[in-house]
Amino acid sequence: MSQHVNTSHTKSRVNINKFFKFLFIFATALAMLFLAALFYRIVSQGMGYVSIDFLKNFPAPYIEEAGLFAGIMGSIFMMAITAPVSIIIGVSTALYLEEYAKQNKFTRFIQINVQNLAGVPSIVFGLLGLTFFVYILGFGYTLIAGALTMSLLVLPVIVVSSQEAIRSVPLEIREASIGMGATKWQTIWRIVLPAAIPGIITGSILALSRAIGETAPLIIVGAATAIYSIPDSFMSKYTVMPIQIYSWTARPQAEWQFVAAAGIIVLLILLLCMNAIAVWIRNKFQNRY
Amino acid sequence: MASNQMNKELSVQDMIKKNKQKKNLGNAIEKIVPIFLLLCAVVSVLTTIGILFTLLRESILFFTKVPLTDFYFGTNWSPWTEHFGVAPLIAGTLLITAIAICVAVPIGIACAIYLSEYASERARKIIKPILEILAGIPTVVYGFFALTFVSPLLMNIFPDMRIFNAMSAGLVVGIMIIPMIASLSEDAMSAVPKSLREGALGLGATRFEVSMKVVLPAALSGIIASIVLAVSRAIGETMIVTIAAGATPNLTFNPTESIQTLTAFIVQGATGDTSYHSTIYNSIYAVGITLFIFTLLMNILSQYISRRFKEDY
Repeated sequence: MSQHVNTSHTKSRVNINKFFKFLFIFATALAMLFLAALFYRIVSQGMGYVSIDFLKNFPAPYIEEAGLFAGIMGSIFMMAITAPVSIIIGVSTALYLEEYAKQNKFTRFIQINVQNLAGVPSIVFGLLGLTFFVYILGFGYTLIAGALTMSLLVLPVIVVSSQEAIRSVPLEIREASIGMGATKWQTIWRIVLPAAIPGIITGSILALSRAIGETAPLIIVGAATAIYSIPDSFMSKYTVMPIQIYSWTARPQAEWQFVAAAGIIVLLILLLCMNAIAVWIRNKFQNRY
Repeated sequence: MASNQMNKELSVQDMIKKNKQKKNLGNAIEKIVPIFLLLCAVVSVLTTIGILFTLLRESILFFTKVPLTDFYFGTNWSPWTEHFGVAPLIAGTLLITAIAICVAVPIGIACAIYLSEYASERARKIIKPILEILAGIPTVVYGFFALTFVSPLLMNIFPDMRIFNAMSAGLVVGIMIIPMIASLSEDAMSAVPKSLREGALGLGATRFEVSMKVVLPAALSGIIASIVLAVSRAIGETMIVTIAAGATPNLTFNPTESIQTLTAFIVQGATGDTSYHSTIYNSIYAVGITLFIFTLLMNILSQYISRRFKEDY
């Protein structure tokens, strides 16, 4: 009798396990389904509008003539400033924290500060850029103001990922280098940095691909929506791809949605390429030690 | 022969001299580099100070014109008619966050349990990067998706819903933060040692019982920290709510209505015809500092939970 109860009890427990396993798989599938729906929706709406003309036209009042060229060039110019500024400052910060800083209150303060900055909403960085770069430094609504705002925004991400990359370089090869008579900086420059560079590049590409997709802070620091020339100096007016997409989305006529979808396809292809490169670097250089 | 010797000696002395110069240069570099690196590290501190200074300066100007109590307890937000009660914006933000959490927590944790407890190594290697793609999609794209796909879909179910509504924006914010909860919770669950699972399985527990009674409690602090972080992200999310939730400051908890959040107002205020140092311009910063404090508290709470309640094995 008791044997019988036990088997039926076990059976029901096994069934519960099966049921929940199915439920967990279903939830995971649901998340991927959202992604599929998003891609399907955007490709089905925008594919017909992606063309060579779309890539090289400036914004226009007519759907057939509207293009993303100003946004593409603006995003490239912006990255040309943001990437070096944020990577140099970010990697330097990481090197300082990992190699030079003593374990004291000041170091811990910088560390906690970086972590908290990573959690500050991007729009707050927009307000910082608006006050500091646009008004106090007097840059106005220019490329340099937007690019510097963006640099500060991605800085914490680059610091954290660079720190992880530097930390994962084993102590032995540093000791070997120091033991051979190299100075601290020689060891860092010739041994630690080369070993950490795959990790640093991977983190930086991911951070910059986030910057390319960011919209909110650039709206605040005054990226223009209609630009008919490409930037020719740091002080030029500019626009970027997400801003153009946003301005098309916000138009009342429904047909502009297709143009917005076309812009999104171009943006997503660029981001997927960047992510693929980052993943490729990560896999290629993983576990070298 | 002798002169040769001399030459050689001289050249050795030269070499020593050269080496000494090199060493001096090297010494200089050894001294300058740490200073340069420290200066770079200070940039992040300056950024924080800059944010605080900016937000405080303009909001103090604002609060000299509008009393603090009117701002935080007022229920009418219509800045263009000089009514600055922030409650409708906070209500809108909380509504979006609540909807997003209702979507993201069950799905995110279920994903995490599946990936860490049930999935084979191969399945995990394929599924995890796919989920991470969700995290890399720009929010302007999510906003577009919410407005042109989710809203019309929901309008079939709720016929009196407006095209701009809190529900579609909240749902999509939820989708956006799924990978964050899934990935951080999965990390926490994977950190639970195998021996605990094997012990439970050896006693005859099913996978589900192991997940619920062993892994989940052990990883609870990490999971809660990930949820708190996700709440912070939802509060600060801007483009989805700007595009899809409308621009109607509305003291309501009805998700079918159009609302406005803290972040959406900042966008509206900064792009509208607001002149520098007008009251509306200052109000952007007062809203900004409110948002900043909300998210800062969440971030600190999340860090505190994951540090304080971290289980050591």
